[in-house]
Amino acid sequence: MTSAPLTGAQSGLLSCETCGLLAQPADAAEPGHCPRCGAALEWRRPHSIQTTWALVAAAAICYIPANLLPVLGTTSLGATEYDTIMGGVVFLYTSGSWPLALIVLVASVMVPLGKLVALGYLLITVQSGSIRSNRERTRLYRMVELIGRWSMLDVFVDTFTVALVQLQPLMSVQPGAGVLFFAAVVVLTMIAASTFDPRLIWDAGSEEES
Amino acid sequence: MTDRIETRPDTAIHACPDCDLLQVLPELEPGDKAQCVRCGRTLAGRAHDPIDRPLALTLAALLALVVANTSPLMDLSVVGRHASTTILGGAYEMWIEGQEATALVVAFCAAIAPAAYVLSLLAVLLAARRPPGPWWIGEMLRVTHAMEPWSMVEVMMLGILVALVKIAELADVAPGIGMYAVGVLMLLLPAIQVSLDPEEIWARLQWVTGEKPSQSPEHAAPRSPPVERAP
Repeated sequence: MTSAPLTGAQSGLLSCETCGLLAQPADAAEPGHCPRCGAALEWRRPHSIQTTWALVAAAAICYIPANLLPVLGTTSLGATEYDTIMGGVVFLYTSGSWPLALIVLVASVMVPLGKLVALGYLLITVQSGSIRSNRERTRLYRMVELIGRWSMLDVFVDTFTVALVQLQPLMSVQPGAGVLFFAAVVVLTMIAASTFDPRLIWDAGSEEES
Repeated sequence: MTDRIETRPDTAIHACPDCDLLQVLPELEPGDKAQCVRCGRTLAGRAHDPIDRPLALTLAALLALVVANTSPLMDLSVVGRHASTTILGGAYEMWIEGQEATALVVAFCAAIAPAAYVLSLLAVLLAARRPPGPWWIGEMLRVTHAMEPWSMVEVMMLGILVALVKIAELADVAPGIGMYAVGVLMLLLPAIQVSLDPEEIWARLQWVTGEKPSQSPEHAAPRSPPVERAP
């Protein structure tokens, strides 16, 4: 490329986050509203780094009880047995359906942990002004956005197990306290992904060029 | 790329939502996709039949949604006793077992968000058929976009299957009509997303500043001077 790549921010234009229209702000400090769809215009998502850090920290705290507390309690003939998420994975594995055990292990244990690590990595590299592997980091962000929803799998499994197995006094299943923390991890990391602004990855490099 | 970018709203120039690079989009043929040259994000695509095809799929999704929410997902029978559950029945059971917050999350992701997604999109597509579309299309399309990540029909489908396998160890379970409807819905929602071209809908919209969209709705850029609205 002969000339340095030009971003919207460098040329004083910003794109509407809702409809994608490239608009001229009413004022640099207060950009106003999109002339086409009426959404509030912003240069970058407001307080992106702080908000995302707060959500990642909250999700990381919830991740511990989500894995340690039981998610299901099975009462059979008066005796109650409690299962954590890992317990559910082991149950699926020992009952012979290892593909499902693998799916649950990936969706419930590895994806949430991976999301927390990935978001933390993105936040740290943006804060340190890294200009390396921007493309890969943007791709990582898109992956976090895309696969985050799959962690909700175990919450659905627990819900439908609880809803169906209510055969008192023979056998019944109750949800455990871990489900709430687990759902919280998924919701918090999904919101964290939406508050992180991937354009910050690229802003560090463009400041040095101009 | 030129040094000076024209400042009038021009829908051919895009700033990449992921890296903010300014670039002029080429004329796209139906079925084409344009990617950001710097970060690889899909910037725009042109769909075949951008209004009627998603409209047909959305109507089908509405039917599947109604069946999925009213029919039992699965039936259980053990020593002569039967039980069955629906989507909202699952959330309700969580609620009475003392997991109110989880029940709300499940109800939202499994029933409310997909319903809001399908209904808002239906309203948008019906209203966008005759440009200029009314102003509320923008608000509705915002609802559609906001609901998209939270509508977890495919995750729920996998969850139902895993639950089915788990319970099959303990009792006889059979999939119900609702589960098939969830399966159909799981296929229809991505099909809607592929056939939908939001840019096409925005191009048909009357601007909040009062600008009319250009007469030919086929991706024509409104060539009008910028009118900035006071914040």
